[in-house]
Amino acid sequence: MGLADRVIKPSILRGFALYTALAGIAWCALFPILWAVSGSLKNEGEVTMPTLFPSHPQWSNYREVFALMPFWRMFFNSVFYAGCVSVGQVFFCSLAGYAFARLRFRGRDTLFVLYLGTLMVPLTVTVIPQFMLMRVAGLTDTPWAMIVPGLFGSAFGTYLMRQFFQTIPAELEEAAILDGCSPWQIYWRILLPHAKPAVMVLAVLTWFNVWNDFLWPLLMIQRGSIATLTLGLVRMQGEYVARWPVLMAASILILLPLLLVYAVAQRAFIRGIAVTGLGG
Amino acid sequence: MASVTFEQATRRYPGADRPAVDCLDLAVGDGEFVVLVGPSGCGKTTSLRMVAGLETVDAGCIRIGARDVTDVEPKDRDVAMVFQNYALYPHMTVAQNMGFALKIAGLPKAEIRDRTLDAARLLDLEPYLARKPKDLSGGQRQRVAMGRAIVRRPQVFLMDEPLSNLDAKLRVQTRNQIAQLQRRLGTTTVYVTHDQVEAMTMGDRVAVLRNGVLQQCGAPRDLYRNPANMFVAEFIGSPAMNLFTLPVVNHSVSLGDWRIRLSREITDAAGEIVVGIRPEHFEIGGRGIEMQIDVVEELGADAYLYGRVTGPDNTFGQPIVARADGHDPPLHGSRVRLHPQRGHLHFFGVDGHRLP
Repeated sequence: MGLADRVIKPSILRGFALYTALAGIAWCALFPILWAVSGSLKNEGEVTMPTLFPSHPQWSNYREVFALMPFWRMFFNSVFYAGCVSVGQVFFCSLAGYAFARLRFRGRDTLFVLYLGTLMVPLTVTVIPQFMLMRVAGLTDTPWAMIVPGLFGSAFGTYLMRQFFQTIPAELEEAAILDGCSPWQIYWRILLPHAKPAVMVLAVLTWFNVWNDFLWPLLMIQRGSIATLTLGLVRMQGEYVARWPVLMAASILILLPLLLVYAVAQRAFIRGIAVTGLGG
Repeated sequence: MASVTFEQATRRYPGADRPAVDCLDLAVGDGEFVVLVGPSGCGKTTSLRMVAGLETVDAGCIRIGARDVTDVEPKDRDVAMVFQNYALYPHMTVAQNMGFALKIAGLPKAEIRDRTLDAARLLDLEPYLARKPKDLSGGQRQRVAMGRAIVRRPQVFLMDEPLSNLDAKLRVQTRNQIAQLQRRLGTTTVYVTHDQVEAMTMGDRVAVLRNGVLQQCGAPRDLYRNPANMFVAEFIGSPAMNLFTLPVVNHSVSLGDWRIRLSREITDAAGEIVVGIRPEHFEIGGRGIEMQIDVVEELGADAYLYGRVTGPDNTFGQPIVARADGHDPPLHGSRVRLHPQRGHLHFFGVDGHRLP
C-alpha cells in the first residue's frame, strides 16, 4: 500500500461516516416538517395514512385556513408583538450588557451573577405572579400584556451582549473617550454599531421566542382581534378537531415567516453565534 | 502647543507589589518630541496613558502647559492619541473616523470636511476617504490613526507604539514620515516604543524607563555616549554594549593583556568595577582581549563577530560581540585579538551606576 493510499483511505472512510451520520441527523430534524407539509396537502381520509407523498395534493387546504381564521389579523399581531419585544430586548439588553462589560461600579460582577441566576428559575414558577401583576396593572387582554413583560430585557440577552462587548478591544472605547464621547455616545455611536452580529442573534432568537410563545398569550389574551397566530392555531384545533390537513396547512403558514427571517438573517446570525461564543 | 510635565507622578495598580510608574519627574518642552523607551512592563505605556487621562494618577501630578490636568477628564485635556492597534472605528469610513472627534465637539460640517481633507492631503489619504478600515493596508490604517489625531489640532500628540504592527521596511519609512510630520506641525509629542532604534532616530530626547523608574533622559547622542547606568548602557545601542566585571589591582584593571589605568576617584570607590565597551569600539589586532569567534553576522558594510573571551583572566568564556569591517571579516572558528579604543570605555560600579 502506497503512502497516498494510507493517507487518503481513512479520510475518505471518515468523511463517508461523518456525512452519513450528518445526513441521518438532518433527516431526523427535517422529517416532522416534511410530514407536516405532506399532511397539509392530503385529504381527510389520507392524512392518517403513513405515506409521505399525497396521492392528490389538496392545495385548497391552504385557502381554507384563511377562511377559517382571521389569519392576516393574527399575523400582524404576532409580527407587531415580536417586533416590539425584539427591539426592546436589543435596546435594553445591549445597554445592560454594556454596563456589565465596560462600566466599573461596585458590586458589578456579583450583580451580574445574581441576574444570571434568574435564568435558573423556570417560567412556570413565575407565570402566576406575572399574571397577577398584569391583572393588577389592568393590562390583561390588551396588546401591552404581550409586549411589556419582555420589553425590558432578559438575563440571557444581557449575558449575550455582555459577552460580545467584552470581545471589543478596550482601545476602541478609549479612542472614543479621547474623542470626547460620553458613556452614552460610546455605547450608541461606537459599541452598538460594532455589535451588529450579536444584535442580530438576540433579535432573531427573541423574535422566534415571541412568535412561538403559546402559554403567555393563552393566559393573557381572550379577544380574537389581538390574538397571536399560535392562539389562532389552537382555537382552530378546538373548533375543527377533525380538520387535520387544514391545521397542518396553518402550521406551515405560521412557520414560513420564521424561515424567512432566518434566511435573511442567516449569515449575520451564524457570525453572531461564532463571535459571542454561544456555539460549541 | 504646550509642554507636558510629570511631577512625581505615580501609578500603583491594586494588588501589585511595586508601582507601575514610580515618582516620575519628566518635562517635555513645548513642541518637543520625547520618546519613552524601555522593555515590556517598564511603565512607558502607563506613563503615556496617565497624560491621556486613561490611567489614574495615584500620587504626584501631570501638567499640560501650566494647567494641572491630574483630575481633568480625558476629553478636556486637548490631547490626541495614536494607539498601537490604531483603534479605528470599524463601521466608519476613513473620513468619518478622522472627523469623528470634531463631530462630537459639534463643529460645523463644512469645517469638519475641510480639516479632514487637509489632514488627508498631508498623509496622502485622499483616495481612501470613502473606504472602511478593513479595506486598507496596515500602513494606510496607521496613517488614518495619525490623521485622526492631526485633525483635532491638539496641544499634545501621544503615540503608543504606532509602528509595531508594520513590517520592517514600512516601519523605517513611516518612522521618518512621523518625525518629519511632527517637526512640520511642531506639536508636542510623547512617543512610546520598546524599539531603541526607533527611539534614537525619532526623538529630540529619549527617556529610558525600567520597572517604573526613569533611568535617564537626554538627547539620543548623550544616552549613547554617557549612559547613566549599566541598564541604559546595555539598552541603548545594538548589539548591546559588552560589560566586563574586573578586579581593580594597583589602580588599574586588565582586559586580556591590556592594562587600563584608572583615576583615583574610580579606584577608591570599589575593589571591583564593570568596564563597558560597545561592539563598534573595538579594533582588531593589538593588545587586548582574545576572542574565539563562534558566529560572523555579515551585514554588508559591517560584520558582527559573536564569540567568547579566551584567556587566563576572570572574563574567560564570557560572551562578547565586536564589529569588524564588512569587506574582509575574520572567519568563524578563528581567534582574534580585540583592542578597545581609548576614550570609548565606560566604567560602572558593581551597583550599576556610572563612575566618573
